[in-house]
Amino acid sequence: MQINKITEEQQIADMLDWALAGRHGLAIRGGGTKEGIGRPVTAEQGLDLSGLTGVEMYEPAELVMKAKAGTTISDVNALLRQSGQRLAFDPPDYGPLLGHAAEAATLGGIFSANLSGSARIKAGSARDHLLGVQGFTGRAQAFQTGSRVMKNVTGYDLCKLVAGSYGTLAIATSLTFKVLPRPEKTRTVLLYDVPLEMAQPLMTRGLSSVHDVAAAAYLPADIAAQCDIDYVKGPGKAVLALKIEGPGPSAEFRCAAIREMLQGEGALEELHGMNSETFWAFVKNVSPFVGTTGTIWKVSIPPANAAKVIADILGKAPEARYFLDWGGGLLWIAMPDGLEEGGDGVVRGALSGAGHATLIRGSSDLRQKIAPFQPQPEAIRKITARIKDGFDPENILNPGRMYEHEDVKASI
Amino acid sequence: MLMPKPNADVLAKRDELVAGLRRIVADADAVIDDKDDLRAFECDGLSAYRQLPMIAVLPSTVSEISDILKFCKAEGVNVVPRGAGTSLSGGALPLADGVLLGLGKFNRILEIDYDNRCVVAQPGVTNLAITDAVKSDGFYYAPDPSSQIACTIGGNVAENSGGVHCLKYGLTTHNVLGIEMVTMDGDIIRLGGKHLDAEGYDLLGVMTGSEGLLGVITEVTVRILRSPEHISAQLIGFPSGEQAGDCVGKIIGAGIIPAGMEMMDRYAIHAAEEFCHAGYPLDVEALLIVELDGPEVEIAYYQTQIDKIAKDCGATVSRISETEEERMTFWAGRKAAFPAVGRISPDYMCMDGTIPRGALPKVLARMNELSKQYGLRVANVFHAGDGNLHPLILFDANNPGELEKCEAFGADILKLCVEVGGVLTGEHGVGIEKRDLMGEMFSEDDLKQQQRLKCAFDPDGRLNPGKVFPVLHRCAELGKMHVHNGELPFPDIPRF
Repeated sequence: MQINKITEEQQIADMLDWALAGRHGLAIRGGGTKEGIGRPVTAEQGLDLSGLTGVEMYEPAELVMKAKAGTTISDVNALLRQSGQRLAFDPPDYGPLLGHAAEAATLGGIFSANLSGSARIKAGSARDHLLGVQGFTGRAQAFQTGSRVMKNVTGYDLCKLVAGSYGTLAIATSLTFKVLPRPEKTRTVLLYDVPLEMAQPLMTRGLSSVHDVAAAAYLPADIAAQCDIDYVKGPGKAVLALKIEGPGPSAEFRCAAIREMLQGEGALEELHGMNSETFWAFVKNVSPFVGTTGTIWKVSIPPANAAKVIADILGKAPEARYFLDWGGGLLWIAMPDGLEEGGDGVVRGALSGAGHATLIRGSSDLRQKIAPFQPQPEAIRKITARIKDGFDPENILNPGRMYEHEDVKASI
Repeated sequence: MLMPKPNADVLAKRDELVAGLRRIVADADAVIDDKDDLRAFECDGLSAYRQLPMIAVLPSTVSEISDILKFCKAEGVNVVPRGAGTSLSGGALPLADGVLLGLGKFNRILEIDYDNRCVVAQPGVTNLAITDAVKSDGFYYAPDPSSQIACTIGGNVAENSGGVHCLKYGLTTHNVLGIEMVTMDGDIIRLGGKHLDAEGYDLLGVMTGSEGLLGVITEVTVRILRSPEHISAQLIGFPSGEQAGDCVGKIIGAGIIPAGMEMMDRYAIHAAEEFCHAGYPLDVEALLIVELDGPEVEIAYYQTQIDKIAKDCGATVSRISETEEERMTFWAGRKAAFPAVGRISPDYMCMDGTIPRGALPKVLARMNELSKQYGLRVANVFHAGDGNLHPLILFDANNPGELEKCEAFGADILKLCVEVGGVLTGEHGVGIEKRDLMGEMFSEDDLKQQQRLKCAFDPDGRLNPGKVFPVLHRCAELGKMHVHNGELPFPDIPRF
């Protein structure tokens, strides 16, 4: 595949015209850190948007920024930090997990994959923060949706579709998104040696309390042992973590209140500032599974199902490793090498129809063979195929990456 | 307001359609064809526009809804879904040749699930009833549109409703976890559930705010939150709207996101004060209500900062609620602003544009000029934190031509919102009210792209036609590609 480095938008328009005329597929990429997610894309030509960079508008008092799709998340974070702000959905960096460099992920990539970190549970997802998109559809037409304001119900919210479509509907060239103040203080309360069955109920207790818990994760002992922070790996026990953030006096007050609430549940500890940040980066970037072999699954479930789903998976694949984020609603599973179909049947079979599982890391052979994204019921499949057809009727944008192409023209 | 021309063939077979619908729904009274009885559905909250539906049907089960939609699709009949009918943009305005599908019988809360921090409700449950169901356990449902006593959760999803607290807690779209819906094909599908981030294309995200054009919502799962430990409201008065706007920007710039931040102009302050004696200062040009929630220590910490910012911005009055009763009184005036204005004017029309907050002084000044130009008064209430304006234009529909003048004034305000980088509607929806202004904000190509989404859900265009989009395109026409004719515009690969 020839990769074409895009530096201006007209080149995308030209490329799309060419692709449409000859019905050629195009592979769309930003930093390339996530190209291992989804089915391998077969295309003669690739568009690399990582050169399309730059912040076009940033108004801190309006809580809004607009930037080109190739701008890296780390550049955006650095700029926001200067004004005491941040991306509240806490974008993760899967680069190292997927065998790439850290800090290469771009805005276009993060929003196209709708990736959010541990704060998702309270702050919302990447797509919740996306206000506007400019780019091109697979019709080679310039395309614009949304706006720059927080509150907008004018027409269909197509930003929601673009976010999470992995470049299969449109090529986003500019994104406008909401930014929020960075809290003065972050603290994390650690509770040790919690058995799995108690993990979700305790996290839910925290999240349902008046203490405004910002994130909740659970690391079994083997996972906690991999963390670089002494308080986490030292005791050799499972660790349950609740994140508190806010202005200084409030964070301190709520941290004390959470500790009080958890009295009698086990030994407690507290992470401050830097340690707290390091811990949550370890969780959101799936650091425990960096450098391992085998497949990795990201599983979204009703939190109360967590213990049952894990027990079911471990019953069939005892060597599988796991940890929980999003208060139990996000389950990360690392399957050992050599499991049939990368553990597809084991993982998806454990869901009992509630939730979905995405293959985040697997060989390209495996990604060709099984569905990396959760298979859909017939009626939803039909709508999905028609949406794709509406945006990209010739199937030129990242063909096949999410779902196999279906010709639906007769049904519309 | 031009609506799609009624289909004579459909009108001619009305009796057959009534009989067909009666075969589907178990309760014969659930199909309404008597003109007097249909009167109850002739308009929604945008009462300037009225139209009797051809037939109304009030199903009681999801499978009845599925059968009704299949039947209407097969018979080529349009369908308008309706919740409580509180829409302010005419989203539930009936069609002369259409079936009005009322969801009022779907009024039960199905499950309260504290383990997963959510409530599952039928679409006809009111917004406030969800909070009421969990309040005694210390929880609530965050989005709080001012019609929350009457408006339903199904309608909230269809309109992506907001409220005074969405600055901190988000709109409906940020608080919905899942829905069950029926497509025009009669397919019953589930999007999302008790888990997060439904996979694949975000159908739940586009259903939210789709104004009844994509499917009929039959069940909703929403996130519930723990009620805050303490809540406190502060009234801050300013000698000018500009200073109040400046203060809002500086509060947010200081890293404070209040639970709510509302602004009222002099006219709205006086109307509200006269109506419900909230104790508002009457010698100010603009009034802010800033609400903070959380632990007492956090509220006190922020209030000290806000006091300083307000003083620096020239505030002349500042009062913090001492008791819960006083806080409710502060809000009573704001929440009653619409009826209060309604009392001093025979009619009023509520606009709903959103602007970048920084553009407020320009927009207020221009609005005053327009007010003079049209000879119609305007009162302003404003969700100041998120830039959502609600100018209330006062008029008298009994004066010939005044409704049209009011509409023209309203359209000018919305065009102004778009001109300064904002949007036509922040939370009330497009419906029929702003339908013909969509071209101000979107290019023809972008509108077509939006309509292609409708084609994915409803290829025959049977659901709520005539709303949202100024021009109805057939899906076959939208599907055509104009870009290539088998010729290669670029025979070689472009070289960069």
